[in-house]
Amino acid sequence: MRDVAIIGVGLTKFGELWECTLRDLFVEAALKAIDDAGVDHIDSMYVGCMSGGLFVGQEHIGALMADYLGQGPIPASRVESACASGGLALKSGCIEVASGLSDIVLVGGVEKMTDVGGDECTYALATASDQEWEAFNGITFPGLYAMMAVAHMHKYGTTARQLASVPVKNHDNGSKNPTAQFPQKITIEDVLESVMVADPLHILDCSPVTDGAAAAIVVPADLAKKLSKKMPVKIIGMGHATDTIALHSRPDITTLGAVVKAAANAYKMSGKGPKDIQLCEVHDCFSIAEIMVTEDLGFFEKGKGGPAVEKGETRIGGKIAINTSGGLKSKGHPVGASGVAQAVEIVTQLRGEAGDRQVKGARIGMTENMGGTGASAIVHIMEVM
Amino acid sequence: MSSPRNWREYPRRYRYEAAVCKKCGKWFFPQRLVCDSCGHREFEPKRMKRTGTIVTHTIIRTPAKPFADQAPYAMAIVQMDDGPRLTTQVVDLNEGQLKIGQKVRLEFRKVNEEGKSGIIHYGYKAVPA
Repeated sequence: MRDVAIIGVGLTKFGELWECTLRDLFVEAALKAIDDAGVDHIDSMYVGCMSGGLFVGQEHIGALMADYLGQGPIPASRVESACASGGLALKSGCIEVASGLSDIVLVGGVEKMTDVGGDECTYALATASDQEWEAFNGITFPGLYAMMAVAHMHKYGTTARQLASVPVKNHDNGSKNPTAQFPQKITIEDVLESVMVADPLHILDCSPVTDGAAAAIVVPADLAKKLSKKMPVKIIGMGHATDTIALHSRPDITTLGAVVKAAANAYKMSGKGPKDIQLCEVHDCFSIAEIMVTEDLGFFEKGKGGPAVEKGETRIGGKIAINTSGGLKSKGHPVGASGVAQAVEIVTQLRGEAGDRQVKGARIGMTENMGGTGASAIVHIMEVM
Repeated sequence: MSSPRNWREYPRRYRYEAAVCKKCGKWFFPQRLVCDSCGHREFEPKRMKRTGTIVTHTIIRTPAKPFADQAPYAMAIVQMDDGPRLTTQVVDLNEGQLKIGQKVRLEFRKVNEEGKSGIIHYGYKAVPA
């Protein structure tokens, strides 16, 4: 297997982009990544998209995007793993390059979520849970994470203020990110006084509904410097795992088993451990998710994720910088794009191009992308070459 | 939802019918074709006892469309006394009863309906025991 590196990244603005179609969004991000890398063609591409069918009535997204990117007849596949679809696109592209099948692969993610109303969106997202045995009975996605929060609070004493510290920190980071959907700073009181969605989660504990796309160009590491003038970032570890589709089937719902397993595999492949990671983009779809994930990736002991974020240990300049981009919460969460957007942030940071939110001396970063209630988890570790 | 899907789910939704692995005795709700513990492929259908305990809970204030007329409503993960866990609404609650450790019993209730001429879905909801 060949080593793989990212040589180009691209991102659209994230937000309610009424004037953009699904294909507009993807092609904009893809062209930016192609231009950033400076390559004149691509050999193949993977598109992460969670639910083109339910959000805009469009399937067969691989061929559509290759067509509108002007890259037909290259092979193009849409990959889906709920909100981890973007991470899966990155993984798929890396495998194709590592195997030697292709040299220049575009990996992207896209979602167009604002063409449907709020309750239709809630329905579409709930299909990432067990549709027959969870959603059928009335549970929503915020509801599932709320039930994890109640259990985590009961078992470890995690508090509402600790939960609220996650979006406060992420909006602080997002205020320094020009692509963020919600760049305004917020306070703990703002979170705690915001409308309740599913107790104990307030609306400001929840990531928003977002249109957007992200893309990256992956190539063999030994060709990276020949193909591009940009500083390449090497993928040194990958992990991908699954857990039960229904939250209720897990013996311990305060731990995300797939995240633990995916991280263990990525750490093993890279020869690195949690202490080596300087910054990490985690899947903060809800505040409790960031707390649980920072524990399950091994950055903090189980039960200590809440106190850590409250004390500022996950801020830029803290023990480990978590979600420097603003995370899904402030930057926005176009579900199929988020996994790739996380990688775009890590590459930007490792290149030293993150401006006001730059982590000083960043050399090793990580992404953690998950689908459903953590039934899919995909982790990548990246290092400056 | 299609009529065949609604119909084929009756044994689980109406009768709490689980499948018990003939080799290791693990209970599954709903049924499966292969045991995730021992890999065995033969099961015996058995009705679950209707009693269980709340493991965790929430109150849904922003529901999906089919539940728009019911919000806010309580939901919980319930550990059934026979072993399986399930996600269900909790109804007929008095103050202080939506809590971890609360004993509940499943009852046959209307879950929702698909408009004026669609299917009316029935199934289980938990009530305090």
